[in-house]
Amino acid sequence: MSQTYNLTTPLSEADVKQLKAGDIVNLTGVLYTARDAAHKRIVDLIAEGKDLPFDLNGAVVYFVGPTPPKPGEPIGSAGPTTSYRMDSYSPTLIQHGLRGMIGKGKRNEAVKEACKKDGAVYFGATGGAGALLGKRIKSSEVIAYPELGPEAIRKIEVENFPVTVINDTFGADLYQQGREQYEVK
Amino acid sequence: MREIEFDEVVKAVKNLISYSGSNLPQDSVDAIKKAMEEEKSPVAQEVLRQILENADIASSESRPLCQDTGLAVFFVKVGEDMKIKGGLLRDAINKGTAEAYEESYLRASTCHPFTRANLKETEGYNLPAIIHFDLVAGDKLDIEYAAKGGGSENVSRATVLPPAAGKEGVIQFVKDTVSNGGGNPCPPLTVGVGIGGTFERAAISSKHALFRDIGSVNSDPEMAELEGVILEELNRLGIGAMGMGGTKTVLGVHIESNPCHIASLPVSVNIQCHSSRHSHITI
Repeated sequence: MSQTYNLTTPLSEADVKQLKAGDIVNLTGVLYTARDAAHKRIVDLIAEGKDLPFDLNGAVVYFVGPTPPKPGEPIGSAGPTTSYRMDSYSPTLIQHGLRGMIGKGKRNEAVKEACKKDGAVYFGATGGAGALLGKRIKSSEVIAYPELGPEAIRKIEVENFPVTVINDTFGADLYQQGREQYEVK
Repeated sequence: MREIEFDEVVKAVKNLISYSGSNLPQDSVDAIKKAMEEEKSPVAQEVLRQILENADIASSESRPLCQDTGLAVFFVKVGEDMKIKGGLLRDAINKGTAEAYEESYLRASTCHPFTRANLKETEGYNLPAIIHFDLVAGDKLDIEYAAKGGGSENVSRATVLPPAAGKEGVIQFVKDTVSNGGGNPCPPLTVGVGIGGTFERAAISSKHALFRDIGSVNSDPEMAELEGVILEELNRLGIGAMGMGGTKTVLGVHIESNPCHIASLPVSVNIQCHSSRHSHITI
């Protein structure tokens, strides 16, 4: 049975270990936005042993490329982008302390394995709900790679940002589970 | 020969785009409401509820429905008894596109295929638009516009089947395409199917089929029946809203068919996400 949790970032190991695929979580606190290009740079910095643009310990990253903000607003519409493009980078980030990722769509086995081994969770947000999700973002600040435009790393503050647990720390996958439950053969 | 002012076309295109960016068409809203009532999975029901709340927020606050505001796709029927005064029709459509996307705070998403460099500074904001022209009788200009996002295009597929594959082959290809896409293209989906013609005719027909209202009946009884069969098959897949499992994966299947070569059975499947931004004007 699906549970609902209200959690504040950064997330602890205990925070993520209680979650199961299908649970609904309302997140409050800081998230960091990053897409493919930013992920590549972070992984390169880790390989070189250099300082990162933000502390990965307990952090949650959001895969998003928002629309431009209207004057006076922190951000435009901001729903999740498809996550598989980050699959080759996510395990390295998880190994270095990342506790959560928010996106949409399937992840590969390596990501699921990393979630299980190092204690991280992959959340799904509703794709195409960019207006609703954008409104839950209270502030936004570019903290690295402004030259990447919509792909720059932003520190955003969210309130009650609604997500669903897709891959938990026990190896479960809501996409598989849900589909098996409702498939008519 | 009727003359239509260049600026009138620019204005019409701008209106189509800025309205579509934040207003989900009524046929989509109705279909999603119905799906929410019939959906058996509570998780998928909550997703559908969020999609409807998102549509309300977008419309009442003029916010983009989705951050992927798409490439601008147009189907344009040009009456042979009209001409544009003061410029070229293609330029008017592109000008309206660039101005609407920039002024309405929509995202510029066109880029070079390999360097991935955004083209907003070189080609223009979200340019070039993808425009399909057709010549028709009369003195009217008919413009259909869709904002086509990347997620649903990425899982669309076209093939040419052997003629012996027949209806069964078409059904299987559509099923495989939707099944492989899973939750990535943001279900609940509308599925455009182009059958017959040539390789590219099938693909263009599959995109144009998405302009039909969800819930409308195909005027060809044979295709109407096939749409029903495919819809039922697709909703047995269990993918559900956003792939989280459920009974409502597809809202509608729309077929456009064409005569084809004796040696071929082309078929194309163009997937449309739930944020089905389509609009239409006749000048």
